Amino acid sequence: MTELWDGLVTALKLIISFDPEVMAIAGRSLAISATSSTLAALICLPLATVIHFNKFRGKRTLINIIQTMFSLPTVAVGLFVFVLFSSAGPIGGLDILFTPAVMVIGQVVLISPIMLGLTISALSGVDKTIADTAVSLGASRFQMAAVTIREARFAVLAALIMGFGRAISEVGLSLMVGGNIQGFTRTITTAISLETSKGDLELALALGIILIVIALIINIVLNRIQQR
Amino acid sequence: MALIETLNIGQKYGGQDVLKDVSLNIEAGEVFALIGPTGAGKTTLLRLLDLLETPAAGSIRFDGRDVTANKSLRLKARRRMAFVLQKPVVFNMSVYDNVACGLKWRKEKEPALRQRVNQALELAGMAQYAKRNARTLSGGETQRVAIARALAIAPEVLFLDEPTANLDPVSTAKIEEVLAHIIAEGKTTVVMATHNMSQGQRLAGRIGVMMNGCLLQMGSPGDIFSTPGNKEVAEFVGVDNILSGVIVNRDEELVTIDVNGALIQAISDYPIGAEVHALIRPEDVTLALHKDASSARNTFEGSIAKTFPIGALVRVEVACGFPLFAVVTKRSAEDLDLAVDKKIYATFKATAVHIIKRWN
Repeated sequence: MTELWDGLVTALKLIISFDPEVMAIAGRSLAISATSSTLAALICLPLATVIHFNKFRGKRTLINIIQTMFSLPTVAVGLFVFVLFSSAGPIGGLDILFTPAVMVIGQVVLISPIMLGLTISALSGVDKTIADTAVSLGASRFQMAAVTIREARFAVLAALIMGFGRAISEVGLSLMVGGNIQGFTRTITTAISLETSKGDLELALALGIILIVIALIINIVLNRIQQR
Repeated sequence: MALIETLNIGQKYGGQDVLKDVSLNIEAGEVFALIGPTGAGKTTLLRLLDLLETPAAGSIRFDGRDVTANKSLRLKARRRMAFVLQKPVVFNMSVYDNVACGLKWRKEKEPALRQRVNQALELAGMAQYAKRNARTLSGGETQRVAIARALAIAPEVLFLDEPTANLDPVSTAKIEEVLAHIIAEGKTTVVMATHNMSQGQRLAGRIGVMMNGCLLQMGSPGDIFSTPGNKEVAEFVGVDNILSGVIVNRDEELVTIDVNGALIQAISDYPIGAEVHALIRPEDVTLALHKDASSARNTFEGSIAKTFPIGALVRVEVACGFPLFAVVTKRSAEDLDLAVDKKIYATFKATAVHIIKRWN
């Protein structure tokens, strides 16, 4: 028990003293997840409006598939990306396996279904008369989509934050395609996983606390948004 | 050349015809009202005219060009029109930003944008609400924002779908005042749908009556009101007395119609033996306690079956071989001391009877 207690105290000291190692790992985690979330948002927002505003065969099925992929296992995405980018894989020639770039790509694949699915349902929540009103006032299709997203802005933002939350907290994918290389691809989650198995609880605890604080902040922001 | 021309347009929802064979010309600058009961297809027709939907059949020309299917022409044409939907929604932003939307989408620049938005707000009487979030407004205020939003883009054609439905009389009066102002300016072609016959009469220069997806009759408000083309239109425009009978005699233009044994005289071209409806507006029927020698050809003795008040008037049902409805003022109802079963004489002129052919 005292061991855990001492560990906690040391962990807090690491955080309060802005330990360079801890801060570097936390910063890298935030940077990778923020990048993947931004890229996923840039893909998912337009795609969601295209899916939402067009009638086509199999639309319902497509949305069902997207929703099923919300709970895509991180290791499954990890395996898929690993095979794709391994030197024997179809795009292995890029030679980016075990780099932050491939981690970003993996996270984009992982969180896109959530962002896409939740954005589509956010748009479905907007009164259809909004789109009619916009078109009748002379909006082009693009302008109509923009004003509809604007109407659903809080729900859309919540969808994007949910995606970010999944990106920063996943471990399986980062470990498999990033490789937990110190000072290069080591993130909060991979570091916790490694340090815990090594028995170095202080660093693991410090990073764990930071991750929980990040999760808490995300939750508070999300709550605030949903209460509007 | 008319500004808007439709040729046999129709629309289907889920395989069901909601609009059939509507051919309609709307001239630049005119005020055209579509009247008809709920579900008649008025909204669908407006949506087709505003190019929100493409028709399942027929074609639409705007300003001489066929805009039935061509996407870029449709956007260009639509940007010359504005449509105030039946239950208008406002965007979740300030009243000012709502009204500015249409202009921003047309890439209008400051300071013209600000000036036109303020002008529209002023006209709709919403200037003091400019900074309020539009979602916090009442129904009547929301409607006025929607009208201001449409007016800001200075449309050549303004479509209004039931602009005063579900509003209280005060809000209705305010909105009609705004519309009357736009109409008086004469720059805007107005096409409005309403189930309120008297609103159509007050505002429109021409009326089209719609029922069951068809445009049944078009004409001036006076024409529609006094000479409805068929029984359904007659019922809709408030002709309470629709009597079925057969023409049994004619003397020049004057015909005699047998209605359940009672003989009514009227003016008509139909021959003897024709099965007709005799339409008599209740306000054209006068009531008296004694038979007097007026020039009116039709006087019937009967008894009062029912009376009930409608606003400042009293509607009276007289049983005189057939049920005949009359409308009198409250004052004259008191003078006549109207009561159920009281003996009364009901009189109307031959010229007050409008004869239409009966289709069975």
